[in-house]
Amino acid sequence: MTTKNNSISRSWWWKILAIVMLVYTFIMGFLGPVPAMPIINESIRNLYFHVTMWMAMITLMFVNVIYSLKYLSSGKLYHDLVGEESARMAMVFASAGLITGMIWANFTWGAPWVNDPQLNGTAATMLIYAAYFILRNAITDEIKRARIGSVYGIFAFVMMFVFIMIIPKMNDSLHPGKGGNPGFNKYDLDSNMRMVFYPAVIGWTLFGVWMMSLRVRLRKIEEKIHNA
Amino acid sequence: MNFGSQVLTLIKLEAKLEWKNRQAVTSLLVYSLASIYISYLSFRQVLDPVTWNALFWIIMLFAGTNAIAKSFIQESKGLQFFYYSMLPPQAVILSKIFYNILLLGVLGGINFFIYSMIFQSPVQNNEQYLLGLLLGSIGLSSTLTLVAGIVSKANNNAALVAILGFPLLFPLLLMIIRFTGNAINGYSWAINQSWCGLLLLLNGIIIILSYLLFPYLWRE
Repeated sequence: MTTKNNSISRSWWWKILAIVMLVYTFIMGFLGPVPAMPIINESIRNLYFHVTMWMAMITLMFVNVIYSLKYLSSGKLYHDLVGEESARMAMVFASAGLITGMIWANFTWGAPWVNDPQLNGTAATMLIYAAYFILRNAITDEIKRARIGSVYGIFAFVMMFVFIMIIPKMNDSLHPGKGGNPGFNKYDLDSNMRMVFYPAVIGWTLFGVWMMSLRVRLRKIEEKIHNA
Repeated sequence: MNFGSQVLTLIKLEAKLEWKNRQAVTSLLVYSLASIYISYLSFRQVLDPVTWNALFWIIMLFAGTNAIAKSFIQESKGLQFFYYSMLPPQAVILSKIFYNILLLGVLGGINFFIYSMIFQSPVQNNEQYLLGLLLGSIGLSSTLTLVAGIVSKANNNAALVAILGFPLLFPLLLMIIRFTGNAINGYSWAINQSWCGLLLLLNGIIIILSYLLFPYLWRE
């Protein structure tokens, strides 16, 4: 439990930044100008609330794998705690991304689930991290759980990464901007959407990290109460 | 004893133990035969080459999981302690992986032979299909061996091997089904060689990861 980690998770400026960015995202996301595109229409605004979920999820998965590596080299349970909680938060964002995506797809593609690389990648990712939690729950010893969980986490992350890289080679995506579909940037000449999209990515990612650090602190308090 | 001969000795030891207790190998064979026969009774005939291929790999996946799930479980505590005190963990995992590749390769060959007889084989390029079988066996065995190692340190619950292993096998299965599908259609090597390269790369990544990560599991 290094003091450095505590000071970052307890400093407030980036939490304020997250709130400001998200308030801006919600206001501009719903009210700001968007290009008029056929089929997608106003649902293009989902860019701010769906694509950003994936960005936050991938960031948290990177945190998970980095802290798993850190745990294996240091043996400090704090590192494993951060790893576990970031995986949990990544699952929350994966579910949120899946739900926002499925609602959007139902209107745009006419079906909530289609054979699309992104969807298959998400399904695989969620199964992998569900397995990660099942494995962790199967082990009662704290140190053993941390070590084995970290090993599986690293292996799973690499396999997930390979899967996400491989799968677009298999079939074309239906997503905007992929597989020959018109993307956002092509029509978005005045970059209006980018002015909302980038802050939204930063906002949601910071929000995810914030929630994760809160969970870590909660777990530490629980541990203290339990041991007292 | 250098590293290479340690691995070789362990592979030989593994084979000897297996041969002493032939029941395990026999049960594996019967398991695959029964799954092929169940498929035959439920499908009768498979006309679509895509289905033919997918069914074969699903049978292979289950046979492989069944074969490899036991690779750490069947060992006694005493033997594990002996390994631990005498040998580097890297030698243990590599020997297990290579032994399982041999086991699954042979099992896959037998499966392929019988499966092709029962369901009429649509494969146009048998050499390429067999190469695919080898690459698939390498990938399945190396992934599942590490997973079996993980599970052996958890609570030795054999169902856990499937739960942990299947999601990790998605990329391998997708690629191997594409590769062998091309072999069925009789595509030229020029089209298929990039898939072969990717599969070799993936297998390399899995084996290197197992080599690097296994020592952390082993230490207790």
